[in-house]
Amino acid sequence: MDLSSQRQAVDGQVEVAFKVNGTAERLRVDPRTTLLDALRERLQLTGTKKGCDRGQCGACTVHVDGRRVLSCLTLVAMVEGREVTTIEGLAEDDQLHPVQRAFIECDGFQCGFCTPGQIMSAVAVLREGHATTDAQIREAMSGNICRCGAYPAIVEAVKQARS
Amino acid sequence: MRAFDFAAPRDIADALGLAGDTSAYVAGGTTLVDLMKLDVLAPEQLIDINRLPLHGIRLGPDGLRIGALERMEDIARHDAVAACYPLISQALLSSASPQLRNMASIGGNLLQRTRCGYFRDVATPCNKRAPGSGCPAQSGDNRGHAILGTSASCAATHASDVAVALVALDASVRLRGAAGNANARADGERTVPLADFYLRPGDTPHVENVLRPGELITEVIVPPLEWARRSVYVKVRDRQSYEFALASAAVAVDLRGGAVHDARVAVGGVGTVPWRLPAVEAALRAGQSHEAAAALAAEGARPLAGNAFKGTLVQRVILRALTELAGPR
Repeated sequence: MDLSSQRQAVDGQVEVAFKVNGTAERLRVDPRTTLLDALRERLQLTGTKKGCDRGQCGACTVHVDGRRVLSCLTLVAMVEGREVTTIEGLAEDDQLHPVQRAFIECDGFQCGFCTPGQIMSAVAVLREGHATTDAQIREAMSGNICRCGAYPAIVEAVKQARS
Repeated sequence: MRAFDFAAPRDIADALGLAGDTSAYVAGGTTLVDLMKLDVLAPEQLIDINRLPLHGIRLGPDGLRIGALERMEDIARHDAVAACYPLISQALLSSASPQLRNMASIGGNLLQRTRCGYFRDVATPCNKRAPGSGCPAQSGDNRGHAILGTSASCAATHASDVAVALVALDASVRLRGAAGNANARADGERTVPLADFYLRPGDTPHVENVLRPGELITEVIVPPLEWARRSVYVKVRDRQSYEFALASAAVAVDLRGGAVHDARVAVGGVGTVPWRLPAVEAALRAGQSHEAAAALAAEGARPLAGNAFKGTLVQRVILRALTELAGPR
């Protein structure tokens, strides 16, 4: 009986194979490791930020198979076989993603700590296609807290990137 | 976080075979991983059920069937759900954030734990987390707590929005456990109305539902209700988005000639379980005014020092829902 596709070793570690920004990765991890910690501590992808680490602030937002999720509440063992996109994976060579450009042009941030999460959310909002009005954009972006209060410029950036 | 073993089985029988008293199933992880980080929950084994065949959103003559692993966002955006059961779609979209809704499964949503600050803080007593240790909410910070279905042991509010809509619709959950359970078929399967699934706290607030150890929610079943097309979920909270309800109402009405012929009313944010209001429904069926019917909503309420406002608020939330539904559409 194949109880598990991911065999747990005697030392308690699990192996997980997944793609990050198009690159195949294979890690041996303590099952407690979150996707956020794996990205930051094991793969040195520190663009994804740890804010609350409790699923309340959105700073750790990444895409898994194209959907925005919170990497702080995702165990990395659970992304076996999946494709993860982080803020580092948005630009193509020297060309920033249109949403990244819009955040710069609209001043969509102050301290910048929440910005990678804001941008990953905004890219998803445009792809999801449910937000047209300002109110709808604010609702669609409500899972990303900005302690500096750059919200009006964030809404402007989402609108500019859409057009 | 305490150490645990991890398994990701591919079929239901394997998952049930692995499960035991100290294991936990994980789908989205939005409740479980959070509470494990807080040391509120410490399962010795995590069973990742995302590979199990528990998917699909199907609308047929026998109603709506939702696989337990379907994500909140996908259910809310499903065309047939939004058209035939607007209250389900609206309840889901008023919950959490898009990121969390992309992660959280419907089965897990129904099992989410209370947001009571004492439950979530292991430095304080809590009868739900540590049976017999006491309930600081009775005299402490209880603004967000329940006024209906409470006991001296617990006043924690049930946090799910969609469970309120589902209770209003007489929905059931299909459960699978190891074969041989009493009340279950030989294959370990049983179907439980959601209204009977949840248990009020009484003297045992740590027992929140009728699930047995290792039992798994496999499907949510919503019976057909043609007039549920005229339904709404109204939610009032401390901020406009990304917040739990202070009071909410899931209401459907069967309007004939401008008068209410039949109605379904359930409320959230005020009860220890999703709270159906048969007295309000009966008053509406009897032709009483919206105001007179809504006034029955807080009957039997037992407010604490900080949450008496919810008795008034829940009536107004129902009233707003009825007003919206009676208007031109």
